[in-house]
Amino acid sequence: MSFSPGRRRFLLTGALVGGGLLVGYGLFKPRDLLGDPDVFPVGEGEVALNAWLKIGGDGVVTVAVPRAEMGQGVYTSLPMLVAEELDVAWSAIRVEQAPIDSVYGNIVVMINSAPFDPNDKSWLPSTARWTFARVGRMLAVQITGGSTSVRDAWLPMRTAGAAARDMLVRAAAARLEVHPNDLDTEEGVVTHAATGRSLTYGALAIEAARLDPVPDVALKPGPDFRLLGKPVPRTDVPAKVVGGAEFGIDFTTDDLLVAAVKTSPVFGGSLVKVDAHKTESMPGLVEIVELEDAVAVVADNYWHAQQALDALEIEFAPGPHAAVSSSSMLEAFEQALDDGDFFTYESKGDAVEQLTGKDAIVAEYRVPLLAHACMEPMNCSVRITGDRADIWQGNQAPDLLRMIAARRLDLPAEDVHIHTPLLGGGFGRRGEPDVMLRAISIAQRLPGISVKLVYSREEDIQHDTYRPPALSRFRARLDDDGRILAWHNQIASPSVGQAVLGRAFPNLPLGGPDRTNAEGAAFLSYATPHRLVEHTAVESHVPIGFWRSVGNSFNAFFTECFMDELAAAAGADPIDFRLSHLENHPRETRVLKLLRDSAGWSEALGAGHARGVALHESFGSIVGQIAEVSLDKGQIRVHRVVCVIDCGRVVNPDIVIAQMESGIVFGLTAALYGEVRVEGGRIMQWNFPDYRMLSLKEMPRIETHVIESGAEPGGVGEPGTPPIAPAVANAVSILTDKRINSLPIRVAAAT
Amino acid sequence: MTVNGDAVTLEVDPDMPLLWVLRDVLGLTGTKFGCGVAACGACTVHVGGRAVRTCKLPVAVVAGKSITTIEGLARKRLHPIQQAWITEQVPQCGYCQSGMIMAAAALLNEKPSPSDEDIDRTMTNICRCGTYQRVRRAIHRATTMANQQDQ
Repeated sequence: MSFSPGRRRFLLTGALVGGGLLVGYGLFKPRDLLGDPDVFPVGEGEVALNAWLKIGGDGVVTVAVPRAEMGQGVYTSLPMLVAEELDVAWSAIRVEQAPIDSVYGNIVVMINSAPFDPNDKSWLPSTARWTFARVGRMLAVQITGGSTSVRDAWLPMRTAGAAARDMLVRAAAARLEVHPNDLDTEEGVVTHAATGRSLTYGALAIEAARLDPVPDVALKPGPDFRLLGKPVPRTDVPAKVVGGAEFGIDFTTDDLLVAAVKTSPVFGGSLVKVDAHKTESMPGLVEIVELEDAVAVVADNYWHAQQALDALEIEFAPGPHAAVSSSSMLEAFEQALDDGDFFTYESKGDAVEQLTGKDAIVAEYRVPLLAHACMEPMNCSVRITGDRADIWQGNQAPDLLRMIAARRLDLPAEDVHIHTPLLGGGFGRRGEPDVMLRAISIAQRLPGISVKLVYSREEDIQHDTYRPPALSRFRARLDDDGRILAWHNQIASPSVGQAVLGRAFPNLPLGGPDRTNAEGAAFLSYATPHRLVEHTAVESHVPIGFWRSVGNSFNAFFTECFMDELAAAAGADPIDFRLSHLENHPRETRVLKLLRDSAGWSEALGAGHARGVALHESFGSIVGQIAEVSLDKGQIRVHRVVCVIDCGRVVNPDIVIAQMESGIVFGLTAALYGEVRVEGGRIMQWNFPDYRMLSLKEMPRIETHVIESGAEPGGVGEPGTPPIAPAVANAVSILTDKRINSLPIRVAAAT
Repeated sequence: MTVNGDAVTLEVDPDMPLLWVLRDVLGLTGTKFGCGVAACGACTVHVGGRAVRTCKLPVAVVAGKSITTIEGLARKRLHPIQQAWITEQVPQCGYCQSGMIMAAAALLNEKPSPSDEDIDRTMTNICRCGTYQRVRRAIHRATTMANQQDQ
């Protein structure tokens, strides 16, 4: 292993992690937050008071939710923000997917993609944030991702509720001929206490809609919250227990045809020829569509389409990448680290000088490719009629998909209609345009007909946008008191953010720094006088993309395993060692201490059991986890996970807990089993039997503690995932007396 | 065959899996396609009261049998499993939950008070959102609720 000081081409200033919420919306006038009521379509008897809510004569309040519901609970947490300020009963709330409009753009996700410290007020970061926010509004990036939904909606959706309540109160005051200050609101009713008269929101809505909104209306102070902070039941659950929830794959019309597809197994390959003679008498077959790198069969139902596809004799040319394998990819990473062509993501003091010629503690870690394997296989329905296209797809970025579809179809964006049903899992996969573009190519052969493309599970796993593999090297030195003096971390991986951007905007010049590479590796909270964090981007012919927690999914494993190695070198307890480096970080300290106490860290364990700890901040939240693990003939068993999260203001504690459970299972599946291998330029895994998922009987008992710190809201969809792999690996390392340095964790049966 | 209490007569390819007959022919989309190799359980329905994965099951095999899908599990009121699922707020994305609920309901048919070991052995459906802890809790809760209803 060599450590090159590298050519530092770019030096980023400030932290890569953090909120940005207040900075973001501080740029907008309150009126901009409310939007035009005309953008939210109304039904019979309904009236919209702003872009975020409409009220029916029966008092039912329908909230426009601008993010996709993929299990993370936005159909509940976001309407709660409106309902709190509006003063309506939770049972009166309904949810609708918001249309595409700039008022619904996700500002926080844009600001957070700028590689600057949110607390840095100097001109360059400030200008960049302003630009990102304005561009975000102009493009209306309605992205569901980056664990930003609550953070982004926190101000505008509460403001929308409060402004609507104010309009209803003023309408009631006019009707009752009293002063608005003498009126109270509760559960959708305006009451004049002095005379006992009252009016329902339903009866006032039309008059209220004629009034001008007061956009800088006061918001409730925290102690007045009735709903926020309570485990309000999810709005999407009743339909999901009776089979009534509609996912993209459930889309149907009277004329619907269904397509199955087989893509060149080797990425970058092309279709040579198709022999269809065996399909001639097959039932239901409508069309065989030959594409540049794939064949699709369109039939009257999925079964007929898949049967005919299987009966085709297809020849693909593998293209230029047929020699690539997992091991050749790893070799390229090692070479890239040796070559030392880095971007610097953090530089403090002089780590290189401090480590040169000294005995350093060194380590190397790596992780493999991972697929998303959403339970709902990828699918997309398309109907192209004359100069209009309709697209039905569970998606995480409707406006980006619309832009890309319009470009492909050479239509104005307003003639492309994106319909967003529920998502059967997203995890970053469903922001990608590849499946939609495939469906468009097929539907273009059948104008006027609705065509639903459904991927088989094999196609879903073999044609994903994968979590990239990554390789990380560390070198560090402790001072005489056993504290970290110098820390040098070099990472090699393909650049996720740039890969995603490149697919959405093929003409964009790429190659600069990409915060996803070093998120979770740079600007850690641990005090270190000399620190250097560098990354080198490696080309990958395997498409890579956002996967729950993105760069944090590997960097937390690297850094938190290395922290345990340093603790061991210092002869310190892993938690004490971390605490001693967190003196100026009260939130992290509180998380770690509560974690230590609730897990019984110092209590004796049964023979053959061990505990491991990890702490990680991501997406504005701090999460600590302790895993209790045993080992039996090489089989790792995780018995119990204690999880503590400080996500600032809590909107719905039960959803926070559910997301911790969810994130832990996602990360634990990857830690114990997750590996997608490449041979001959193609993915070798094909379905759940060889891309194993954690099952119920392997499920550890998870105990989650949520700290209400009062800080601005943090994310919850992703932050539960990063710490579990290092927590388990650190425990297994104790049991095997050998450091675990790669995922998935493999232990020889002899131990 | 009978589907959710209604007699259904079909002329389809006898090899067509029951899953696709339910979804694409009968329009009962509550039963889900997850893997196509009977590995994940998203396609679970009841055939004669027992949990069966349908993505590889030729429809001819169930000719004349009584089939219950997630749409037919509630009779007048929600099945105790469905009620427990709401109380415990089990679903996240919800895609696997139809199959999960049908597997759990069949377990209760077989064992009204299942142990944790029974649940481990029977509930082999895959959930990518990680709802397993709540699935276990909801099954135990449904057991209690069903016992209370019997009394």
